[in-house]
Amino acid sequence: MSEQNSNFSEYIPDVPEHTGFKKVVLELAVANHPGVMSHICGLFARRAFNVEGILCMPVGSGETSRIWLLIFEDERLEKMIRQVEKLEDVLYVKQHDGEHPVFGRLDEFFK
Amino acid sequence: MMQMTGADLIVKLLERQGIRTIAGVPGGAALPMYDALSKSEQIHHVLCRHEQGAGFIAQGMARVSGRPEVCLASSGPGATNLITAIADAKLDSIPIIALTGQVPLSMIGTDAFQEVDTYGLTIPITKHNFLVRSAKELLTAIPAAFRIAMSDRPGPVLVDVPKDVQNQMVSFEEYPDVVVPDAAPTFDIGAVEEIARMIEAAERPVLYLGGGVIHSGASQLAVTLAEQASLPTTMTLMALGAMPMDHPLSLGMLGMHGARYTNYVLEEADLLICVGARFDDRAIGKTAEFCPNAKIVHIDIDRSELHKVKTAHVAIAGDVGQVLSELLPRVKPQLRKRWLSHVESLKSRFPLAMPGVDNPRSPYGLIHAVANCLDDSAIITSDVGQHQMWVAQAYPFRRARQWLNSGGLGTMGFGFPAAIGAALAEPERTVVCFSGDGSLKMNIQEMATAAQENANVKIVLFNNQSLGLVHQQQNLFYGKRIMASRYERPTDFLKIAEGFGMRAVDLDPAPNPRAVLAEALNTPGPCLIHATIDPNEFVYPMVPPGAANSEMIG
Repeated sequence: MSEQNSNFSEYIPDVPEHTGFKKVVLELAVANHPGVMSHICGLFARRAFNVEGILCMPVGSGETSRIWLLIFEDERLEKMIRQVEKLEDVLYVKQHDGEHPVFGRLDEFFK
Repeated sequence: MMQMTGADLIVKLLERQGIRTIAGVPGGAALPMYDALSKSEQIHHVLCRHEQGAGFIAQGMARVSGRPEVCLASSGPGATNLITAIADAKLDSIPIIALTGQVPLSMIGTDAFQEVDTYGLTIPITKHNFLVRSAKELLTAIPAAFRIAMSDRPGPVLVDVPKDVQNQMVSFEEYPDVVVPDAAPTFDIGAVEEIARMIEAAERPVLYLGGGVIHSGASQLAVTLAEQASLPTTMTLMALGAMPMDHPLSLGMLGMHGARYTNYVLEEADLLICVGARFDDRAIGKTAEFCPNAKIVHIDIDRSELHKVKTAHVAIAGDVGQVLSELLPRVKPQLRKRWLSHVESLKSRFPLAMPGVDNPRSPYGLIHAVANCLDDSAIITSDVGQHQMWVAQAYPFRRARQWLNSGGLGTMGFGFPAAIGAALAEPERTVVCFSGDGSLKMNIQEMATAAQENANVKIVLFNNQSLGLVHQQQNLFYGKRIMASRYERPTDFLKIAEGFGMRAVDLDPAPNPRAVLAEALNTPGPCLIHATIDPNEFVYPMVPPGAANSEMIG
């Protein structure tokens, strides 16, 4: 091969800024068994998608749980939700605005 | 009322699901399952020499049959050795069920002997996974594993079963039903009509087929669509064979090692119809510069693939076979003489160069010599590296599931055990594994398995005494500083094969290598066919990693 080819180089893209400042609340209905939380958190952690708050309690007879996630608005949010929806144990995902009251009165426990 | 142990129940459920061959390696925490297997008259167990081999044998079976196949390993190192094969299945959407033994429930979390968190380790590399906590749960977990593995976008499912759960007695009224895939998602016919209108209005459309076309069994529909609307058609590495390579509308493979004309045609497209593909970086190069002038139509069963890399103008989440069936009657036949003749002219100006194609001692020549000895019934697997790309460029694939290779994960060591799996699943076919000396060494122990099973597998070994693609990249992109990509000491592969009980032939000293090759390929049973390749043969063209597809070298 000729010398000119040593001029070629690999192009490695920079990590773009994704996160904004607006908050979003996600509501997830999930099957209630050990390991579900791991599946969900793993998806967010892998993509360095910051989760600001997590609330989780069983619902009704305990077959399912509800998970509430407080996150910053992120341009990847829609793609992220589609990945979460794909999990076998996730029954549905709903998106609420950051003013949703579920995280409202928790401040006093985080002083 | 039936009563049996968890292990016996697992084997019964596998039998009912149609499993006839399991690849595995036993160990302490899997012994109850092995004891149950000893009583099965339906399941043939293939004893592998390494769990990764077992995982790839299961993959080989699943890739040719399209249905879930099973591999089995013990806890701890048995499970960790399976991981590469599971991750590989995830990236290529291959339905396999990995069954692993686990330490007893009471010992989980105590750092017990051969304990590892198999469930935790496999979360990101499986479609779904289970840690079964009672024998009764097996009645739902095993059928669910099959259902999940084969429904929608297929993928690997792991079921981790603690040893005491395997031994636990369970009683039940009747076996759960044999599971079939879930119905594919319904889709909007309005969007299908929109696609038909876009195809009609387009002047320079290109059809872009991915592995989803193979999984869905939709190759014939895709070829019919191309013919009806006169669509030049490119295939990803995973889709080769969906349209015969010698079809007049075939543009061959796109991307990093696609032919120049293929990438140039895509560059000019005004409509890209992506069917069952996912805009992988090796296929599309720099995202922003891929098909810069084209509207994009994306059809895929996995909704999360739509708009993931490229925003589509029209996207349909659905089984590609079902969508194409709806699309075909709505697409008007067109001749597109101008576009097709322009594509022809690009093809004649910038064809795939295949230097040495008439010389069986050169890469392209050896691939053609092998193809000339075989018909379309043969199955071709490859390992990962230069030989893989040469085969993808030059082998005349003509049917779906003829070509098995590790596309997404790019696992060296895939080709040979996958070939054994293919030969076990379809013993009437000849299976050829193209490999390199770097790749072959990564699962070379399975030569013993091939010999034991008398699998009809021929390894065609391209020996350049180096990690060829690394060597190539260091030459091209790292100032020719060759670091850790040349093997200083030659390996005598012929002796190794013979040591494992496999026949071996060497093309190097043969005065007539074509005759030696033909004899070896046409003799049943496993055989290593060795050929020395010049380490300074590079795969061209090549798009530098991260560059646009228009910036090909060579």
